[in-house]
Amino acid sequence: MFPIEEYHQASNVADAIQALSKDATARILAGGTDVLVRLHGGNSDYGRVVDINDLDELREIRMDEKGNITIGALACCSDIIENELVQKHLPMVAESLATIGGPQVRNCATMGGNICNGAVSADSACAALVYEFDLVVEGVGGQRIESINGFHTGPGRTILKQGDILTSFLVRPENYTGFSACYRKYAMRGAMDIATIGCGVALQMAGEKITTMKLAFTVAAPTPIRCRNAEQVMVGEVFSEENLEIMADELEKDVAPRTSWRASKEFRLHIIKTLAKKEIRRAVKSQGVAQ
Amino acid sequence: MAVGQSNIRKDVIAKVTGKTRFTDDFTMPGMLHAKYVRSPIAHGLVKEIDCSAALAIAGVEAVFTYEDVPKTLFPTAGHPYALDPNYQDVADRLLLTDHVRFHGDEVAIVVARDHLSAEIGARAVVVEYEELPVCVTSEAALAKDAPAIHEGGNILKSTTFEKGGSLSDAEKSSDTIIEGTFSTPIVLHCHLENHTAYAYMDDNDHIVIVSSTQIPHICRRIVGQALDMPWSKVRVIKPYIGGGFGNKQDVVLEPMVAFLTSKLGGTPVKIELDREEGLVATRTRHSWSINARAGVTNDGVLNFMDLDVVSNTGAYASHGHSIPMAAGSKSCNLYPRSVTKFSATTHYANIPAAGAMRAYGSPQIFFGIEGLLEDAARAVGVDSVDFRIKNSVQPGDIISKTGNLEHSAAMIECLEKGREIIGWDVKKQQYAQQDGPIRRGLGVASFSYGSGTYPACVEIASCRLVLNQDGSVHMQIGATEIGQGSDTALAQMAAETLGVEYGAINVVSVQDTDVTPFDPGAYASRQTYISAPAVHESAEKLKAKILDHCREMTGDASEELDLINGVIIRLGNQHKVIELGELALDTYYNKDRGGQLSAEASTKTRTNAPSYGCTFVDLEVDIEMCAVTIKEIINVHDAGKIIHPLAAEGQVHGGMAMGIGMTLFEELLIDPESGWIYNGNLLDYKIPTAVDIPELSHAFVETFDPTSPYGNKSLGEPPTISQGPAIRNAILDATGVKINEMPMTPKVLFRYFNDAGLFDSPGKE
Repeated sequence: MFPIEEYHQASNVADAIQALSKDATARILAGGTDVLVRLHGGNSDYGRVVDINDLDELREIRMDEKGNITIGALACCSDIIENELVQKHLPMVAESLATIGGPQVRNCATMGGNICNGAVSADSACAALVYEFDLVVEGVGGQRIESINGFHTGPGRTILKQGDILTSFLVRPENYTGFSACYRKYAMRGAMDIATIGCGVALQMAGEKITTMKLAFTVAAPTPIRCRNAEQVMVGEVFSEENLEIMADELEKDVAPRTSWRASKEFRLHIIKTLAKKEIRRAVKSQGVAQ
Repeated sequence: MAVGQSNIRKDVIAKVTGKTRFTDDFTMPGMLHAKYVRSPIAHGLVKEIDCSAALAIAGVEAVFTYEDVPKTLFPTAGHPYALDPNYQDVADRLLLTDHVRFHGDEVAIVVARDHLSAEIGARAVVVEYEELPVCVTSEAALAKDAPAIHEGGNILKSTTFEKGGSLSDAEKSSDTIIEGTFSTPIVLHCHLENHTAYAYMDDNDHIVIVSSTQIPHICRRIVGQALDMPWSKVRVIKPYIGGGFGNKQDVVLEPMVAFLTSKLGGTPVKIELDREEGLVATRTRHSWSINARAGVTNDGVLNFMDLDVVSNTGAYASHGHSIPMAAGSKSCNLYPRSVTKFSATTHYANIPAAGAMRAYGSPQIFFGIEGLLEDAARAVGVDSVDFRIKNSVQPGDIISKTGNLEHSAAMIECLEKGREIIGWDVKKQQYAQQDGPIRRGLGVASFSYGSGTYPACVEIASCRLVLNQDGSVHMQIGATEIGQGSDTALAQMAAETLGVEYGAINVVSVQDTDVTPFDPGAYASRQTYISAPAVHESAEKLKAKILDHCREMTGDASEELDLINGVIIRLGNQHKVIELGELALDTYYNKDRGGQLSAEASTKTRTNAPSYGCTFVDLEVDIEMCAVTIKEIINVHDAGKIIHPLAAEGQVHGGMAMGIGMTLFEELLIDPESGWIYNGNLLDYKIPTAVDIPELSHAFVETFDPTSPYGNKSLGEPPTISQGPAIRNAILDATGVKINEMPMTPKVLFRYFNDAGLFDSPGKE
């Protein structure tokens, strides 16, 4: 039993927007794997919910004729992981989501929730950053498109305003075609855990040379981040272990890990550098296979 | 022959089909639900408490505070009552307190018509505290100017003993003396079923409690003590239990539900702890620090061990000083030809109360002993396995602490078997020269344990057998089934001695202190060992009565008969006389002879069979990733005769997984300044998942212990003792780094590897 004070079951997106905009403290209930956990813990900030689980139109995963892939915000992790379009074109999305919780959680949890709750450790955030997701948001003023870059503004915070609903993610073909991409979650156990550090990389190569590289981290700063300084070291250069070492040093300009009871700053920084090197090697290797 | 067979467990079909009923499956009309109001600070005094908002909430029926409860301090540890007042458990607890001693302590309780209203009510109770200085660590709690957590100061007890000769002589004859400091974490039991209990009254002076407990008879006594009632006026019923691992070898909720029903006119009241409460507000495993020294000769003879333990028992004594005492005592069984000096101090601190947990101090002490002895073996250049074989117990050794005149001891055979299974000698050579970022290592560690608590505590067990009308036998047993399989093992013994099929024994698994014969409960790996004589004696008695009745039926009083597989036969020609079912009908319904045949035995065991074993592990260390991957892990046990091989395997595997958890994953983290608990939930408290536990292997070296009628010794707790030191020793083997603290999580490995300079030139994969 949960101490729910107010419950509204939204019948469509407009209805949900209306319910949310007239109640300043109402929260969206999607998969429930965050909201219900907080309610169980007695957090009264989550007592007023707008349940969007009837909005099946937000579960769709499809590709248009131009190759734009849409993933509904309410699609659960398991459905995304098993989706053929995702497996074929966005394998790192599936790889990332497969590290969330356990099977039961993945059957409920949504990628929309994972991105919108603003968690610094969100496992899908690296994929969103390296595939440069666009976020389709509906609100009182109608529909708009937001970039994942800048979407997260701090721990637990995003640019979304009360009354906004993320309806889908949009991935453009130029951001996935020809890339090899991979994600590694570093956590204290092999499942049912939050990331100590998450690292994602996507890159394209021409021969031995890296032409494009996108490197992202979770739990390395107050929000999930792209590492532009480190990327610069590798882009336009022939892949080499020496460059990797320079990249690892340069990474210190991009990240800002902190000490908490969970882990020390020094440990996190060591893992950040180690993961960056390992994941870039892995992505380079799979480019080789693809070529 | 039932003993030694993997018969279908008595409870297994009901359990896997969801038919067994646990405490939470029962409800009663009008049942109320209660929720504790818990302290958000680790040490302080309640200045003011305002329950008016809680009482105004719809559904809230009553709120009780520390002002309403009896002012009688009571003990909570699940030990049998001690006649000697010096050996009685420390009585330091009230039902509710105005002096809170840990983050989560109980100051009030809200009773409501449903669980959620009680929860909302508990949040609405407003409590004002005066904060007191907080002691979390041993250093803080033992400081001269530390605030007294209980009247009389923070030291609960200190003891020291020296066995097997003179320490100073042993020091003089040692070529090398090795020293080390070891520390172990606060670990949580994480049994599947949380603590839950309810109570009601069905007349004016009895209280009935239904509880998920390992110790129904002890629970009856402690509730009587806490509420100042005659013990027989308390009735405790134990249904099926979803595990306890020692956390239910303590009286936790029962006195409170009994108090509440007595205050509310006998209305049923239930407390069901949620997972987060259960993790921090029941009991934990004691965290220890161990200062250890060992003296060895150049040819690898262990002369002495000198162990100095500080054990942090937290806010309340619970099992307190019994933990280091038990561990110290059991550890003497392993290397009995060397001198052991053991000193221990147990102290209070402002952290959750530590109590009994599987293996009761032994995982802690053997982390120190077997880590230290690894360093000793390496210092004198003797192979780790050879060193242990050279110094291990042999059957002729005198086991000084248990008082047994004879005992089985296959420690050396266990080491030899483990060495062979893991391929020690070949791998040792393969792993000798490694310098890359990924390295393999081999480790070994031994343990010894007891079977029960004698001579520290009384060891009483009981069994009652009744011949049913259809020739089957009902068995009532004091030993408490909590999932470990004692009902099955004891039924096998009864079938074996009585001479019936295993299926003919029906065990009454639900225990009821008004009916069930006396036994203090499930702990100390005692059930099969302590109950064996009671089962044996009652089965012999019942058999004698059955055969006597048969002679009455045949009219030949001198006939030599036996009962085999449910059939009575003549000894000479082996011919069948009568089926047991047919005889049973005669005992009940013949108008001129017989009566209901039953037999009962209550026995006291005055021996304590030492059990032995070891863990061998082969693991991989990824230095850069600060990660340890177990490639192979084997436990080898001398547990005497194995009663039920499949259940024994299950015990070993479960214990190994728990031991790996303590070694590599688990610790309750508490802010040393404020006493705030950081990770009192199963997301942040990292119990390993199925994917984190490697494939587990086991082997038994079967002996027949002369002190048990069935040859068996303990097996419940021993499997979880030796993973810590074995893994520690394997990491040392792989990297040259000694990690003398558990758990060896990635962040701990990082610190040690960094200090050792292992990241400086990691090399490439």
